[in-house]
Amino acid sequence: MRTAKLIGGHGPSPRAVRRFAASRTNLTPPTALGLGVSVLWFSILVLLPLAAVAATAATGGWAGFVHTLASPQTAAAIWLTLVEATLVTLLNVVVGTILAWVLVRDRFPGKRLLDTVIDVPFALPTIVAGLVLLMLYGPRSPIGLDVSNTRTAVFLAYAFVTLPFVVRSVQPVLEALDRDAEEAAVSLGASPLVTFRRVILPSLLPAIASGAALSFARAASEYGSLVLISGNLALRTEVTSVRILTYIENGSLSSAAVVATVLLAVALVVIVGIDVGQRRLVRRG
Amino acid sequence: MRVSGVRLAGVAALGALLLGGCSVGSAAPSGTLGSSARGGATATTLDLVAFSVPKAADGALEAAWAKTPDGEGVTWTESYGASGDQSRAVASGLHADFVHFSLESDVTRLVDAGLVAEDWNAGPTAGIVSCSVVVLVVRPGNPKNIAGWDDLIKDGVQVITPNPGSSGSARWNILAAWGSAIADGGTEAEAETYISNLFRNVVALPGSSRDATSAFLSGTGDVLVSYENEAILAKQNGEALDYVVPDITLRIDNPGAVLMGAKPQAEAWLDYILSPAGQAIYAQFGFRPVIDGVAIGSVNGANDPKNPFPAPEQLLTIADFGGWPTASAKFFDPDTGIISKIQVATGKSS
Repeated sequence: MRTAKLIGGHGPSPRAVRRFAASRTNLTPPTALGLGVSVLWFSILVLLPLAAVAATAATGGWAGFVHTLASPQTAAAIWLTLVEATLVTLLNVVVGTILAWVLVRDRFPGKRLLDTVIDVPFALPTIVAGLVLLMLYGPRSPIGLDVSNTRTAVFLAYAFVTLPFVVRSVQPVLEALDRDAEEAAVSLGASPLVTFRRVILPSLLPAIASGAALSFARAASEYGSLVLISGNLALRTEVTSVRILTYIENGSLSSAAVVATVLLAVALVVIVGIDVGQRRLVRRG
Repeated sequence: MRVSGVRLAGVAALGALLLGGCSVGSAAPSGTLGSSARGGATATTLDLVAFSVPKAADGALEAAWAKTPDGEGVTWTESYGASGDQSRAVASGLHADFVHFSLESDVTRLVDAGLVAEDWNAGPTAGIVSCSVVVLVVRPGNPKNIAGWDDLIKDGVQVITPNPGSSGSARWNILAAWGSAIADGGTEAEAETYISNLFRNVVALPGSSRDATSAFLSGTGDVLVSYENEAILAKQNGEALDYVVPDITLRIDNPGAVLMGAKPQAEAWLDYILSPAGQAIYAQFGFRPVIDGVAIGSVNGANDPKNPFPAPEQLLTIADFGGWPTASAKFFDPDTGIISKIQVATGKSS
């Protein structure tokens, strides 16, 4: 009690604590202010724009929804985006975890450099990323690998911009991981594989899941890095963001919002799904 | 007002057939030197919001204008981007004194928003400030022997053109292709067949004309459908490419307008860029003059610098397609537009 008083100089009076303890929250005036600021900021930045998108989508009514999604070009673009984003997320889960492992557990020359370079896809303007990808993996590829204007190009661009997510969310968890349990498992005769699966992986799962969710969401909304290399061909390599731009250019704001809403809804389902699945896996051990 | 604009454009189409230029009517607007009383040496900042294509030319024009009494002391805040995006930004509150867009519809949006006067296109050039034609950009030496539109649908020819769905300025290119099939006396059905065959050879539809140029220069495609001024500018910048002006092509008319409530110098700026001096600067950057009597001189980067703007046999204008509102709905509506449908059909078949 004494230390608590010292730390929180203007801490709650005992009466206030009792009053708050009786309710379902533990809010004190300062933390309530914090919550208020958070909610306000979140509303301005996220909730209001999302609500505006949904409201615009609703202007066309149910018929507008159906009409927009019935367009084969739009449906194909949404499908392509979701499939590629899923594939890239699966790739990131595996490769991102391996990268994080290498960066935390292994010692090798150039480790610092690799650790820094991983964030480059975040820092590079996406259109520059697109140009670089086109130069390296386009018709004039110095390594003879031309994927331009194919679905592989979409995958490549998604993989490039989402690479850091899983790495960066797993890395700190792996660093903080207590190695006692691991060593105990090994000394009790568990193979490295079993140790990883039964001891390490359960601790990493929440981090992997949050990285995967970010990676999926980022891929689903990507535009800049792939417009140059994907070719934007209808039914073949055209992604959702290009489709949304087409609707906007034609003044069909409600159709653009419908596509955006569908993408948001799917992203929400996937993010919640990843989280639920992860919790279940962790509980099972 | 719009009727007179269309008629003017029609007259100009005839004129262009004879002259090979883009002049819209013969009366040159009054020069700016006589109206120096409006400008003076007071410091003013003008906000220019424009599409990205004329960036280099507009910069040079600003520098030249600053040396005239009207433009003395004027500083600029500039914003460049995709024409439709820029127009929507101004309509929703981005301040501008002067706008320079790719399509007439992007100015019309501002008229509807009450930001540009209804009679913005009543001037001698019908609101058009810069002009070009659709050309076929090819690899150095033209290895595939591209001479005209018919060559684009041959087997093994890879075509790249900006995405007409998401980029308004890319629509000039597709309309030129459509017009080439119609102008020969072809029917709409024949034009549809031609465009279908064309899309079968299209290997990429980048987001904007600049993206398309980047993709082409990175090795994509044999032919890039583009603007003459973009081809000339790229050659001026030392890029390795050639271009062909097809016998039948479309005149690209880029409108400019002063916003209501703009600073008075904006009108003087418009007068300047429409003057022979202003148009001569545009010409140096590959744009065809919109008035007669411009001393063009020689233009670096043109196929023939001494005769930089050869007259095509047949120069179509947007009026041949019924004007932009009609053409946008007929060809580019995301669901019912002829071009949108053809894109889906060719996507399915390949």
